[in-house]
Amino acid sequence: MKIANNSNLDPNPALAAEYVEKPESLFKEMWDTLKQNKAAVVGLCIIVLLFLLAIVLWITDFLGIQILPYDPNYSDMSKSFLPPNSEHWFGTDQMGRDLFSRVLDGTKISLFVGVAAVSISLSVGVLLGAIAGYRGGRTDTIIMRIMDMLLSIPSILLAIAFMAALGKGLGKAVIAIGLVSIPEYARIVRGSILSIKESDYVQAAKVIGNRDRRIIFKHILPNIVSLIVVRATLGISTAILDTAALGFLGLGVQPPYAEWGDMLGRARGFIFSAPYTLIFPGIAITITVLAFNLLGDGLRDALDPKSRIK
Amino acid sequence: MLKYIVKRILMLIPVLIGVSIIVFLIMRVFSPDPAPIVLGQHATQESVEAWREANGLNDPIVVQYINFITGALKGDLGTSYYTKTPVTEEIMARFPATIELALFAIIIASFFGILIGIISAVKKNSIFDNAGMLLALVGVSMPIFWLGIILIIIFSGTLHWLPSSGRIEPLLRPMHVTGFYLIDTLIAGDMEAFVDALKHLILPGVALAMYSMAIITRMTRSSMIETLQQDYIRTARAKGVSEGNVIRKHAFRNGMIPIVTVIGLQLGSLLGGAVLTETVFSWPGIGSYTVACILKSDFPVVQGVVLLVATIFVLINLLVDVIYAFLDPRIKYSK
Repeated sequence: MKIANNSNLDPNPALAAEYVEKPESLFKEMWDTLKQNKAAVVGLCIIVLLFLLAIVLWITDFLGIQILPYDPNYSDMSKSFLPPNSEHWFGTDQMGRDLFSRVLDGTKISLFVGVAAVSISLSVGVLLGAIAGYRGGRTDTIIMRIMDMLLSIPSILLAIAFMAALGKGLGKAVIAIGLVSIPEYARIVRGSILSIKESDYVQAAKVIGNRDRRIIFKHILPNIVSLIVVRATLGISTAILDTAALGFLGLGVQPPYAEWGDMLGRARGFIFSAPYTLIFPGIAITITVLAFNLLGDGLRDALDPKSRIK
Repeated sequence: MLKYIVKRILMLIPVLIGVSIIVFLIMRVFSPDPAPIVLGQHATQESVEAWREANGLNDPIVVQYINFITGALKGDLGTSYYTKTPVTEEIMARFPATIELALFAIIIASFFGILIGIISAVKKNSIFDNAGMLLALVGVSMPIFWLGIILIIIFSGTLHWLPSSGRIEPLLRPMHVTGFYLIDTLIAGDMEAFVDALKHLILPGVALAMYSMAIITRMTRSSMIETLQQDYIRTARAKGVSEGNVIRKHAFRNGMIPIVTVIGLQLGSLLGGAVLTETVFSWPGIGSYTVACILKSDFPVVQGVVLLVATIFVLINLLVDVIYAFLDPRIKYSK
């Protein structure tokens, strides 16, 4: 309960200030709930570790320093298909490359594609959803019907078609995966905006002569940012899975980059003779996606007023 | 209700026209010229030109689209650049395999998803609940194709229990009646072939079902937990209704609505998942075929398949909405 800070009633204003309950920000409140969710904290810790690993690998790569046990792209055909041993913990692949180093190195590509693809779908989707929801009328109908059309094509099929059109490669995979998720963000943002655009503070902002752009970016979007954060967290896991799927089909990131899906696709022919080449990259994908799902679920629960009360 | 269904079907037309435009733009405007891919790198300029002319690719893009859409309305989706077979024939030859796989997967996913979801909700916070939720979480986090690979390594490579590829042993292939091997083998009364077809279906079916099962489990659990907290459940218990009947007749029926929606949506998304599963298990369906056609720029086939899949997807959504109304009499579609 809030107690008014009224110095006329209380002879000691400093003491009265202590009684005043500071309004908590939504993020602070979310964090407090999230902290109690062990699974979400585990997810967050894994994500932090993966990002640290990826950043360190990018930097050392840039500086030309080798911190992995072996060069992930160095092939030595005399050492191909070595099963896991003390020298090569995950064994070696068909080109004699160390799988442990390649799996670790794959972290940077997967996280990069995940974050970059979500950035594309997020920025375009939020913008389209905001315009559709705020403007309404014909603009809304046109934008949302296009989104419906995109949603009625299975996303992986659409991503494959985009890749066929754009060509293979890292940047193109990011664009294809980013494009196919735009409708989801547009839908969420539009729905939220419809529910708050009639609220008093938005109307007040309109009355005092604010421009539409300012109202959308300063008054409406900050109110749904937490919702977008949850969706984006879960979206990264989907983007990582899609990246792996494209890589597996031979359409995604191309060599010399070590990418988990690509590693699985290329080792597929050795499923019975060297199954270990297919196990570890898959575990890496699953753990990474799991971590984002755990965090996303935790954030969603933290946002849900029912679970906050609990 | 009928008015609503008719209205919804009419609303599908612009969506499908839009989908056809999107696919057409991606494949014909942004994709590389298919002629050198189809004819090979050593094809002469004249042969490339002749081929483009013969396939209508020299026409203005709008004319090409109009030709495509008027053909599609008559059931003619063009012919494959490679096999010269009509696209509808190519699709019909492979579609039953995909539908059989998707239906098998949705049955597995729904059965186990609902079962685990209900038990998790009834025994909330128990070891079973935690295990069920962990399974569901891993299920949504695991790439379908990797799960397929792991299943092959375990059940085909190590235990030798189940086959790793194809739909049936070639010598046991049944006469084509429906195209669904499980049904065709039963019609033929060939139990050996039926068992063989079922064995071939299990691994790809489970791999494809896993993601949907995880989603259905989570939805069933949360829907049942919410329903079990309602007043009418307490009333039923107070009246002395047995716990089994409370769950079956009172809670499950009311908790069904969101579950049906999720199952319907999952059936649509399984068609997408089939692309990967079919590739892993060399399943001769439409998914693996489409990937191959996209890669070799066989436009007519890709356009036909995507249009078909999108049509099925929106029809399933419509069906889900109609079932919704039957399940929940409070929902009215008159407006």
